[in-house]
Amino acid sequence: MDSQSFHYMRRKFYNLLALSVSVLSAGFGIFFLFWILKDVITFGLPALSGSFFTELPAPPGAEGGGLANAIFGTVLITVIATVIGVPSGILAGTYLSEYGRKSRIASVVRFVSDILVSAPSIVVGVFVYALLVKPFGGFSAIAGAVALSIIMLPVVIRTSEEMLKLVPDSTREAALALGAPHWKVTVHVVYRGALRGITTGVMLAVARVSGETAPLLFTSFNNSFWNFDMSEPTATLTVTIFNYAMGPYEDWHQKAWGGAFLITAIVLCVTLLSRLIVRRKAA
Amino acid sequence: MTDKIKIKNLNFHYGTKQALKNINLSVKEKEITALIGPSGCGKTTFLRCLNRMHDLYPGNRYEGEIILDGKNILEKGLDLIKLRSKVGMVFQKPTPFPMSMFDNIAFGLKLMGIKKKRDISERVEKALRDSALWDEIKDRLHEPALSLSGGQQQRLCIARAVAVEPEVILMDEPCSALDPVATAKIEDLMTDLKKHYTVVIVTHNMQQAPTSLLKIT
Repeated sequence: MDSQSFHYMRRKFYNLLALSVSVLSAGFGIFFLFWILKDVITFGLPALSGSFFTELPAPPGAEGGGLANAIFGTVLITVIATVIGVPSGILAGTYLSEYGRKSRIASVVRFVSDILVSAPSIVVGVFVYALLVKPFGGFSAIAGAVALSIIMLPVVIRTSEEMLKLVPDSTREAALALGAPHWKVTVHVVYRGALRGITTGVMLAVARVSGETAPLLFTSFNNSFWNFDMSEPTATLTVTIFNYAMGPYEDWHQKAWGGAFLITAIVLCVTLLSRLIVRRKAA
Repeated sequence: MTDKIKIKNLNFHYGTKQALKNINLSVKEKEITALIGPSGCGKTTFLRCLNRMHDLYPGNRYEGEIILDGKNILEKGLDLIKLRSKVGMVFQKPTPFPMSMFDNIAFGLKLMGIKKKRDISERVEKALRDSALWDEIKDRLHEPALSLSGGQQQRLCIARAVAVEPEVILMDEPCSALDPVATAKIEDLMTDLKKHYTVVIVTHNMQQAPTSLLKIT
C-alpha cells in the first residue's frame, strides 16, 4: 500500500468515526427525551378525566377528585409572574440596547443578569421566602409569582436586548433623521422590527417558569382547596406533582402522572407556538 | 441665488481622530450641490454634520460654524428634532422601516402633528407621486416596505424624506446600491427635487453633479 492511499484510508476512517460518534450522541439525547415523553403519555393520559379538570383533590386515601385548583393556581401564578417579569424585562432590555449600550452601568446590568440566569431556582425560592413569606407571616400566591418573575427576568432582559440589537442602526438613524425623538424611534420603529423576536423570547421564558417547582415550595406552597386570594397559599401543578408522587397512595401517583402530562403539554404548546412565530418571521 | 448654508472653518473629530479639516463652503438655495472625491476623504462625514447625525455616537466633536438660514446649527442646546425636520436625509443603502409602505411615509407625517386620516393619505399619495412610485405600488400600500425591490425601497425613502417637507435634503450616494434603470429613475427625480429643495448629494457619478460641483480632498 503506498502512503497516499494509506492517508486516504485514515481520513476516511476518522470521518466515519466522527460521524458515528455525533450520530450516537444525538441519538442518546433524543432517546431519553422520547422515553420521558412515552412514560408521561402512557401513564399520564389515562389519569385525565372530566373530574381531573373540574374537581378538588379528594381527602388523602380516598379515590377520585381532581386537580382543578392546582391547574388554576399554575395559570394564575404564571400569569402574575409574566405581568411582573415581562414588562420590566423588556424595559431593561430596551435600556441596554437603546440607551445604556457600552456604558458602565449597562455592562454591569448585563453581567448581573447573566449571573441571575444561572442562579439555582431553589435559591431564588429561599430569597423570596425571606423577602415576602417570613415578614408577612405566611405562604402566598404573590410570593410564588414574584419568585417566578425573578427567574424569568434575566431571560427576558437578554433576549429583548439581543432582538433589539438585530434592528440595524441605519434604521434608527433614518428615523432620527426625520426629526423623530429618541423614544418615538424606539417605540414605533425599533419595537416593530423586534416584535416577533421579543414575543418568542417571552413565550420561552413563560414556558420555562411554568414548569418550575423548587421556587414555589417556599413561596406559594400548597392548598387542598380553591384559593382566589393572592395572599394565601395556593396549589400549583408542579408542587402537587412533587407531593403526590412521593405520597403513599396509588391514586395520588395516578394524579401526579396526569399533572405531569398536563404541564408537559402546556410547555410543549407554548414552545411550539413560539417556534411558529419565528417561522412566520423568516417567511 | 442666495446661500442656504454657509460652512465656516469646520473641523470634525471622531474621538481623537480628526476627519474634517478647515472646510469652508456655501450651499446655494434650491440647487443641487454635489460632493465628489475619493473614498474615505470625508464626504459622508461632512454630510452627516449638516443634520448633526454624529451626535448619536459619543466622543464626536465639531468645531467651527455651519450657518443655516443665519443660525449656527453647531450651537450647544440646539433643538436637534427641529433641525432634522428641516434637514432631511436619504442614506446610501435604503432604510425602510419594518412596517407597511404607507406607514413608512405616515410615520413622518404623524411626527409633524398631522392627525386626520384623510390628510395623511392625501400627503402619502402626493409624496409617492412626486417620487414616481405611486403607479407601481398603489395597489399594495399596506404590504411590508421590505417586500419592495432595492430601487423601489430607495424611492420610498426619498418619498418619506420629501413628505415631511424639509428645506434641505441630504443624499449620501443614494444610487450606489442600485442598478442603472433604478438609478436613472432617481436621477430624474432629483431634477424635480431641485425646484423645491436645496439638495446636497455625495456621489461618484459626474452626471449626478450637474449644477455645482465641489471637490473635497
